[in-house]
Amino acid sequence: MSSMAIIDKGAPTRKVKYGSISRDRAWALRWSYFFLVIFAFASLVPPIYMLITSLKSSTEISAATNPWWVFHPTIENYVALLTSSQFLIFFRNSAMVSVLVVIITMLISVPAAFALARMRFWGSATIATGIFLTYLIPDTLLFLPLFKMFAVFSNWTGIELINRWYVLVIVYPTLTVPFCTWIMIGYFASIPKELDEAAIIDGASWFQTLTRIFIPVALPGLIAATIFAFTVSWAQFLYPMVFTTSTDQLVMPAGIITTLIKGDVFNWGQIMTGALLGAAPPLIIYAFLMDYYIAGLTAGATKG
Amino acid sequence: MADVTLRKVVKRYDDVEAVRGIDLDIPDHEFVVLVGPSGCGKSTTLRMIAGLEDISDGDIMIGGDIVNDVPPKDRDIAMVFQNYALYPHMTVAENMSFGLRLKHYPKAEIKQRVTEAARMLDITELIDRKPKQLSGGQRQRVAMGRAIVRNPKVFLFDEPLSNLDAKLRVQMRIEIKKVHQKVRTTTVYVTHDQVEAMTLADRVVVMNHGRIEQVGPPSELYHRPATRFVASFIGSPAMNFVPCRIEDIGGTLHVRVSDTLAFPLPASRAARYNSVSRDTKLLLGLRPEHVADARSNSGPGFETFEATPDVIEPMGMETFVYFPLAGGQICGRVNPAVDARAGAPLRLAVDLNHMHLLNEETGTVI
Repeated sequence: MSSMAIIDKGAPTRKVKYGSISRDRAWALRWSYFFLVIFAFASLVPPIYMLITSLKSSTEISAATNPWWVFHPTIENYVALLTSSQFLIFFRNSAMVSVLVVIITMLISVPAAFALARMRFWGSATIATGIFLTYLIPDTLLFLPLFKMFAVFSNWTGIELINRWYVLVIVYPTLTVPFCTWIMIGYFASIPKELDEAAIIDGASWFQTLTRIFIPVALPGLIAATIFAFTVSWAQFLYPMVFTTSTDQLVMPAGIITTLIKGDVFNWGQIMTGALLGAAPPLIIYAFLMDYYIAGLTAGATKG
Repeated sequence: MADVTLRKVVKRYDDVEAVRGIDLDIPDHEFVVLVGPSGCGKSTTLRMIAGLEDISDGDIMIGGDIVNDVPPKDRDIAMVFQNYALYPHMTVAENMSFGLRLKHYPKAEIKQRVTEAARMLDITELIDRKPKQLSGGQRQRVAMGRAIVRNPKVFLFDEPLSNLDAKLRVQMRIEIKKVHQKVRTTTVYVTHDQVEAMTLADRVVVMNHGRIEQVGPPSELYHRPATRFVASFIGSPAMNFVPCRIEDIGGTLHVRVSDTLAFPLPASRAARYNSVSRDTKLLLGLRPEHVADARSNSGPGFETFEATPDVIEPMGMETFVYFPLAGGQICGRVNPAVDARAGAPLRLAVDLNHMHLLNEETGTVI
């Protein structure tokens, strides 16, 4: 310290305008936290409000008290919904639709992405771009033509699709397949070419290369695509409102709105409870798969 | 084990010819190295042997069978890649046994082969690790192990040491040579590093612009290059080329490199070059070790001259001197005991017994 002081004695005192890297980093962190807190606040307030309201009785909700506090907590909304056969039907329909859509989406988009990313064939690049472009078409534009298509289909074949829960299993993949294929193309393309060449020389067929090398290596991407497909089909609102009407065919988002709003009477307690219960499955899936989602499995495949 | 034969093999990408009609015979057990600058077609040739690239024209035979349309998995080959290409989600043992498992070998045999290969490559204790837990050298050993356990007809190496640091590269080079001496599998090895080529190969194939320039054992390529390209590509520092002419002075054949400098040729060389037209533009090719200090190099065929080096590179066991001659830069190798200094005149001797004479126009060695 003393020697430093001696050296610096003659040097002019200078105010440091730009800090060291660690100072810059500290400021960057402060700003990040500032915006993260705002973001977290904005996204957490609605679910907290939902939770608070779901624990109130209808009387307390309509009373002029502090809406951010529960004075007489009750689980009557939860009991009412979980014992209502209607709600359980919505839940079952939603689960069936989502699981089937995820399965169908993965069965189509994983091989499609593999073919588009790895098998060079005439027009593969154009098809890949085309797939992405279909994703850009808004779903609000599609429901009328789709409705017409299903009506005509039913006239021709006698198979009724409209107002059946499984119509959604046909419709949702039009939203999920393009995006999931696109995600998987990206993941597969990031796998070094030598890896499939090594597999092919080792004697693997294209199918074995896909199932034994690509799928395990691209697992984080696969999980990301699965989460996306599940979330889209679980939370989709417009299509079920259009294509299904009978209460035994409704999925959760449409069911809650159709049955819990009667005319101009809003059953707020149960609506909030239904929304919370509806948000639970995606939340649980995210919580379990987050680690996989983040983990990079390709490390060490080639020179690291 | 098998021999590999290439007959007029051509590879075209749209209208670019990457490989222009290659003929090559690789007998059983031989270690052949394809060497050349990047873009010379060496990797493409290797990939065509592997079956990873289609052949535009010609035939490739492995063990006497034409394999042009045989898929890679049925060619009974194993390949080691530059970036290792290990399966990241499998352990070392699983990586090595993947090919055998696909072919449904009995478990006991798989285990025995993997253990044996691991012992040979000294990776027994790494067998349960994942690739990301290994160092570069260890990964390359695993990649070699994966090739060895298959016991294939042919080993293909695609620049396997390029990703390793210099020290490890030398070590792995010895390792590869040892493995080949043990298993004796026919090997085709691609590299751009001529030192690797010289040290590993039974025969070196020098390629340039999609063609084979010369095939031969390392020493033959070094001492009797067929073309200017081979002469300059093999050897480090590279061979010197000085524009020259053949002249008769006083009844002896001389090689004239400048207005003031002409060396009389030794009898054996004079006989060989006597028929060369005196008007032909020629190049005198001299390796740095044949341009040495005059003090310790004398005898028949040695001719001395004075030069002023402008750069000195002391390497410890030898010293390289660079000096201008006939408009070019010449590299000589002198004894480190010689007091060579930049800017100070130095007495040098050229060893014309080892000279090469090239036709400047065609680039061929006369």
